[in-house]
Amino acid sequence: MSIFQKLGQFTLDAFARTGRGTQFLSQVLLGLPSVLMRPTLLIRQLFMVGVQTLLIILVAGLFVGMVLALQAYIVLVDFGAEESISLMVSLSILRELGPVFTGLLFAGRAGSALTAEIGLMKSTEQLSGMEMMAVNPMKYVIGPRFLAGVISVPLLTLIFMAIAILGGYFVATELLGLYEGVFWSQMQAKVDFYEDLVNGIIKSLVFGFVVVWISVFEGYDCVPTSEGLGQATTRSVVHGSLAVLGLDFVLTAIMFNV
Amino acid sequence: MNTRTIEIMVGLFVAGAMAALFMLSMKVSNLASYGGDEGYVVKAQFDNIGGLKVRSPVSAGGVRVGKVSEIAYDNESYAAVVSMDIEPQYKFPKDTAASIYTAGLLGEQFVGLEPGGDEDFLKAGDVIDLTQSALVLEQVIGQFLYSKAQED
Repeated sequence: MSIFQKLGQFTLDAFARTGRGTQFLSQVLLGLPSVLMRPTLLIRQLFMVGVQTLLIILVAGLFVGMVLALQAYIVLVDFGAEESISLMVSLSILRELGPVFTGLLFAGRAGSALTAEIGLMKSTEQLSGMEMMAVNPMKYVIGPRFLAGVISVPLLTLIFMAIAILGGYFVATELLGLYEGVFWSQMQAKVDFYEDLVNGIIKSLVFGFVVVWISVFEGYDCVPTSEGLGQATTRSVVHGSLAVLGLDFVLTAIMFNV
Repeated sequence: MNTRTIEIMVGLFVAGAMAALFMLSMKVSNLASYGGDEGYVVKAQFDNIGGLKVRSPVSAGGVRVGKVSEIAYDNESYAAVVSMDIEPQYKFPKDTAASIYTAGLLGEQFVGLEPGGDEDFLKAGDVIDLTQSALVLEQVIGQFLYSKAQED
């Protein structure tokens, strides 16, 4: 094959994948009402997807907050502005790091697991078996996982934000000797509920939707071999992470009017 | 793992997230200072507001008594109109003066109120007449250079 043929095939493949992904998404969304009729399936998936990601989110959030506070101190102490540590920590966490970190960690921890699980179900023909029994896998397998992921990511983001700010608080007050009251009052004076917190939550909703869509679709669309499953899992993490970072730029540009 | 354990874990997860949201909105952001205590709004005209922004603090004697709620430009008097939302427990005489100060050399700007001696108090919608604009560093340096040049 010449290089032009390869390039053309690559492009056409990419478009075909996007088309299949959109078709897949509409089928999943159509199946969502019947997912809500069976909350047991949803709750089990919330446990698999959300609760089991909690630990990595807690640990990562704590350390991100602590490192941010240290870095902020190193820069700000030169200007005699070390009271603003809390402001720098909270704004970076609420606006950017909270949603982005959670999106990336979720793609790595839960997204890959979703892809592998659904991909293996496809490879071992469990999905087609369900279809043979007139059970729609969109409603029983894909739908609950999709919805659970979309619900989990904003909740995980909130927890990440809170724990990161507590981590920053610990470093600033215990290690660096900042006064407790200064820490909170600087933050409260400048952090806006709508502009900062709500925008962060909107970001996390978007990231959750996209990451879960990508990982569930990659599993459903994988080539049903062990190699294909491995590739699908890799693609799910890579595409999910890149989508989070790319969308973050777009959302920031829209939200903060630059 | 049985269904009940899973339900409890998921419940804890959701409750934890709600607690995080509560903490973020009450302790971190200034949501608590939004609702409830409706203050009164007074206006003041300034020739130059410098770097004053909406939500900049309004203080009297160093105590924060309110915040800037709106900044507009008046086409007729060619001046900036600053609306200040003052918390209801603070009262100021009618002839209070408003000035724009900078906290520290490079710090943020805020409106400082100096109470006068009038017996009536400012009400919602009143306008503060005595105002002093922000100090713009370029202007000060310009004036300084100008006076130096005249001395020589």
